[in-house]
Amino acid sequence: MTQYLDFEKPLAEIEGKAEELRAMARQNEEMDIEQEAAALDKKADALLKELYANLTPWRKCQIARHPERPHCKDYIEALFNEYTPLAGDRNYADDHAVMGGLARFNDQPVVVIGHEKGDDTKTRIERNFGMARPEGYRKAIRLMELADKFGLPVITLVDTPGAYPGKGAEERGQSEAIARSTEKCLQIKVPMISIIIGEGGSGGAVAFATANRVAMLEHSVYSVISPEGCASILWKDAEKMREAAEALRITAQDLKALGVNDLVIAEPLGGAHRDQQAAISSVRDAISSMLEEMKDMSRDELLSDRRKKFLDMGSKGLAA
Amino acid sequence: MNWITNYVRPRINSIFSRRETPDNLWSKCDDCGSMLFHRELSENLNVCTQCGHHMAITPRERFQALFDGGIFVEVDVPKPITDPLHFKDQKKYPERMKAAQKKTSEQEAMLVAEGEIGRTPIVAAAQDFSFMGGSMGMYVGNAIIAAAERAVKMHRPLVLFSAAGGARMQEGILSLMQMPRTTVAIQMLKEAGLPYIVVLTHPTTGGVTASYAMLGDVQIAEPNALICFAGPRVIEQTIREKLPEGFQRAEYLLDHGMLDRVTKRTDLRDELITIVRMLLRQTPAIKGDLPKPTPAEASEAGTEPPSEE
Repeated sequence: MTQYLDFEKPLAEIEGKAEELRAMARQNEEMDIEQEAAALDKKADALLKELYANLTPWRKCQIARHPERPHCKDYIEALFNEYTPLAGDRNYADDHAVMGGLARFNDQPVVVIGHEKGDDTKTRIERNFGMARPEGYRKAIRLMELADKFGLPVITLVDTPGAYPGKGAEERGQSEAIARSTEKCLQIKVPMISIIIGEGGSGGAVAFATANRVAMLEHSVYSVISPEGCASILWKDAEKMREAAEALRITAQDLKALGVNDLVIAEPLGGAHRDQQAAISSVRDAISSMLEEMKDMSRDELLSDRRKKFLDMGSKGLAA
Repeated sequence: MNWITNYVRPRINSIFSRRETPDNLWSKCDDCGSMLFHRELSENLNVCTQCGHHMAITPRERFQALFDGGIFVEVDVPKPITDPLHFKDQKKYPERMKAAQKKTSEQEAMLVAEGEIGRTPIVAAAQDFSFMGGSMGMYVGNAIIAAAERAVKMHRPLVLFSAAGGARMQEGILSLMQMPRTTVAIQMLKEAGLPYIVVLTHPTTGGVTASYAMLGDVQIAEPNALICFAGPRVIEQTIREKLPEGFQRAEYLLDHGMLDRVTKRTDLRDELITIVRMLLRQTPAIKGDLPKPTPAEASEAGTEPPSEE
């Protein structure tokens, strides 16, 4: 059963009615409701198309956070073979908000790293809702070094509300860990691809997303601060998140115009959670083509390409 | 007589009244509340002479005290496009910028300069918390890149004084992109083998701490400076418990291994000279032959002294 977002309520009603009709028909074989149900389906489809044709930034943010949206774990399971998780930062702990290890993508060995939010109460707590602590970034640094040493491409899957605002995280050097992880991204001489699959939350995202190629799923968001956080600071009212989401330009489409991401990966109608397999397969195609683009680049070229990309960023603004 | 009473006397009065009224002769310490004579306070680099509390200091005042004879030359910073997102909250971004420029008489939140400290040529950059909370946007990114490029070109170390509430929200994702952007700048310095010294001042928080301000070869902080990624209020709301005394202050970070040193502002200049000269494998600085500049000298200054190189 799909979880509906608040703006999808009218859709929930229609789909619910169709479902009810079919349930009734299953109990009473003489009823012929198929025509009626099909009409409702058609209506629901039309409404879905309409709702998703003109999504506001805030609605996109809601879709990006949808609990049934495919998460890092789902992509890793579906896109890679022989995934071999590697754990720990060799200093303090293993951060379960960050998955990472060796894997094969189309037979090619790679290092994959990503934020995992968890998909039920137990795993969400275990994964800390995808909010990494310093150990998560330090694990990522270690894995990037491994990739660099053995010449393996790095693929990161970004999906985090942001770094974890906790006492221990601060004491163990949250900011230093993020700074070093970003720095490591700008040192390795292997192809690096980053895909924002859901939420790209602030520094916690940048630490993984300073890549040669950055792609965003159609309804993913990437922002310096959450719309709620921005609203409470600039509007002094967290309820103004719709306005903040609008002003911050957090959508894949706006960010493409600003040159922050190179590619927008199309999602199935109604968002990635309505057809996980379709979403995952689009991501597979995107990774293949991005790896292909970089296959003839030398180690030095890969690094200078990445540095130049970020140095030049911001040279164009949005059209008036 | 007429000429004297009607013309000369008012002129004389106006000159004196202009001199007498100016700003406040007295300032109050933010911490202990002592009334401090303005000139004494600024001679003590805005450190309370009673309790040692470090109050804010502008980049310009800091550079005047830092560089030999108060002499420095500003390094040009390329101007970024204004208001790239057409950002509007309750006020338009360009209006907020104008207000900040008027308030501080500065163009933006970072000042870059070159000059000598203890006859050691350096490039310095200082962030201005009074300018929109020192927030990091495209301009601050450009300033750090300009500082690093200048340092590499002149083969000088870079000393950076950080102070910021974090990212410039009005520049949205582009402010976030300053984290990797400034990191590239710091890498240029490191690859050229030049020292990069960070002095963290109150407050340095958010994305600034999570990029260039934490990547120094030597990390120094001013006493009691708040240094953090997530602010104490956010953490208290998240974990719902009271935070320990001094949490996220410079001394706390020093205890937790996150800093090399905590140094009083009044000792900072000598310490920077010592560290920089050792990292550059130069002879010890000759101390005592360069008295602190008087304010008059500092304001007259404006040209670069001949370089030693």
